[in-house]
Amino acid sequence: MTAPKTLYDKIWDAHLVEESEDGTSLIYIDRHLVHEVTSPQAFEGLRMAGRKVRAPEKTIAVPDHNVPTTPDREKGIENEESRIQVEALDRNAREFGIHYYPVNDIRQGIVHIVGPEQGWTLPGMTVVCGDSHTATHGAFGALAHGIGTSEVEHVLATQTLIQKKSKNMKVEITGRLQPGVTAKDVTLAIIGATGTAGGTGHVIEYCGDVIRDLSMEGRMTVCNMAIEGGARAGLIAPDEKTFEYIKGRPHAPKGAQWEAAMAWWQTLFTDEDAEFDKVVTLKGEDIAPVVTWGTSPEDVLPITAEVPDPESFEGGKVDAARRALEYMGLKPGQKLTDIEIDTVFIGSCTNGRIEDLRAAAEILKGKKIKEGIRAMVVPGSGLVRAQAEEEGLAQIFIDAGFEWRLAGCSMCLAMNPDQLSPGERCAATSNRNFEGRQGKGGRTHLMSPAMAAAAAITGRLTDVRELM
Amino acid sequence: MEKFTTLTGVAAPLPLINVDTDMIIPKQFLKTIKRSGLGKNLFDEMRYLEDGSENPDFVLNKPAYRNAEILIAGENFGCGSSREHAPWALLDFGIRCIIAPSFADIFYNNCFKNGILPIVLPQEQVDELMREAEKGENARMTVDLENQEITTSEGKTFRFEIDSFKKHCLLEGLDDIALTMARIDSIAEYERKMALERPWV
Repeated sequence: MTAPKTLYDKIWDAHLVEESEDGTSLIYIDRHLVHEVTSPQAFEGLRMAGRKVRAPEKTIAVPDHNVPTTPDREKGIENEESRIQVEALDRNAREFGIHYYPVNDIRQGIVHIVGPEQGWTLPGMTVVCGDSHTATHGAFGALAHGIGTSEVEHVLATQTLIQKKSKNMKVEITGRLQPGVTAKDVTLAIIGATGTAGGTGHVIEYCGDVIRDLSMEGRMTVCNMAIEGGARAGLIAPDEKTFEYIKGRPHAPKGAQWEAAMAWWQTLFTDEDAEFDKVVTLKGEDIAPVVTWGTSPEDVLPITAEVPDPESFEGGKVDAARRALEYMGLKPGQKLTDIEIDTVFIGSCTNGRIEDLRAAAEILKGKKIKEGIRAMVVPGSGLVRAQAEEEGLAQIFIDAGFEWRLAGCSMCLAMNPDQLSPGERCAATSNRNFEGRQGKGGRTHLMSPAMAAAAAITGRLTDVRELM
Repeated sequence: MEKFTTLTGVAAPLPLINVDTDMIIPKQFLKTIKRSGLGKNLFDEMRYLEDGSENPDFVLNKPAYRNAEILIAGENFGCGSSREHAPWALLDFGIRCIIAPSFADIFYNNCFKNGILPIVLPQEQVDELMREAEKGENARMTVDLENQEITTSEGKTFRFEIDSFKKHCLLEGLDDIALTMARIDSIAEYERKMALERPWV
């Protein structure tokens, strides 16, 4: 009898090309997603060495980080450097013959939204991208993680990566979520509990009834932020919801291939008695709607709490918290719900899917945002945008006073013109509250789409449960 | 890739935890299609004031550390994005070695692809080296990769661990792609097998 395996063990073993005595392994990559920011140097490297893309049919490119999201973007990109990067991707995609969704294609969007939407991401696959939020695809039971540009070039040339196996970590969320608590609150609460380095060196498998009850969109939100907890990858075992989501997507298997794929996919779960190196368990009932107060995603508190005193921490965190409060312009003891905001950003690979827009629209329906607040919705893809228009969500946002934008990464990392000014405070559904992340001097509070919508209405951080 | 064998240089203290990739190189500098030239924007938001002039309080702007080649930092260094622009910026500035109690995985991995040696030491030892680095430019350190040792100017040594394959690649300045290209028959064999076993991929 073979030893019981975790889901991660199974996927790893299925992709092992070679393993040397010290454990250094060559791992085969099934899907390589590419965007304009971390790939130009990699393609240039191929060109200089006279190499080709080994598996262009497994390589998918889409521009997302730099693209403008204003309705006039057909006219082109004004910023010269951004335009050069997007043009470089256009040229590289054509020259190397890889799949490509150009800026003005309705299927264009954030790479981690486009992959699953088009059926490129399937259970049991290895998926990589020169972007740390590649962990998103783990929601399908795919081993997915971010890589640097040197590794992008390595995968383009060889369709493999040189790696050592990570450790196994289990994060179980038991029970049920309370009303008003969403996948975003779950993933932030996990990081709050484990810290931003809690998952370092590990691949996380998320499990438990709360995870099972989440939609595919919610599971993507949870896995998306695995990296914010230090783990390169987060996984959720595929189930009927996963298969239902995939079926019929443009690049999903069909007919006899679907049957063959299903037979294998149904073996993708952690065996009973398989061992994990680290286990964290949270009760779903204990998770409240949360927001971040500082400049690290681990700086998480329930919305009902107060800004903490830096002295209440230990070690290097005392100085870090002091620095964070100064940057954020906050004082210890201040109620989180008293913090006034200037801006609301709904979007990103964390929360730019249809379910996220539905959740925000539900709160905004028939209401107006507070006067003076700048608010924008940036759908994760052209198709999400079209669906939201069809469902009448777009009109709810517009009537409430939101700007209705085109798809892209936008103000999550502010590489395009969507940025915060120094001191501007933002309720954001994105994934990072680092100093300067959304624009130099900008102040970010991370939260769920429903919480961001609530903040837009009141003009301050708000417990969404009061508006439900 | 440039080999890393032995390095003797000034170590700069950066006693912050969770130094993220946005701090190391803010996104406005990711719009390049080259690997070089990022050193001037390393730690941009901490290093320059509003008017673009240097912040005299930032460690790398102090005369003693302007030519630092080693960085001593707090835990979880390099957390955040996968941008290799972070190690490119460090390398372009002249940093070849970073010593910290822990690193974020992707950043750690990216360093080795660029001839930078990231060294993990226990917190107490990093604290000791941090105090040493705070002495300024006379406190030079020697990092010997072959023997896995750091020696301070006062002759105290600290041993560090490193993965044997990564060490070998750094010492020889080996290019991963060339190494893997030599295994191309195994890759082709795997692809043939998978075309039968998992044809939908």
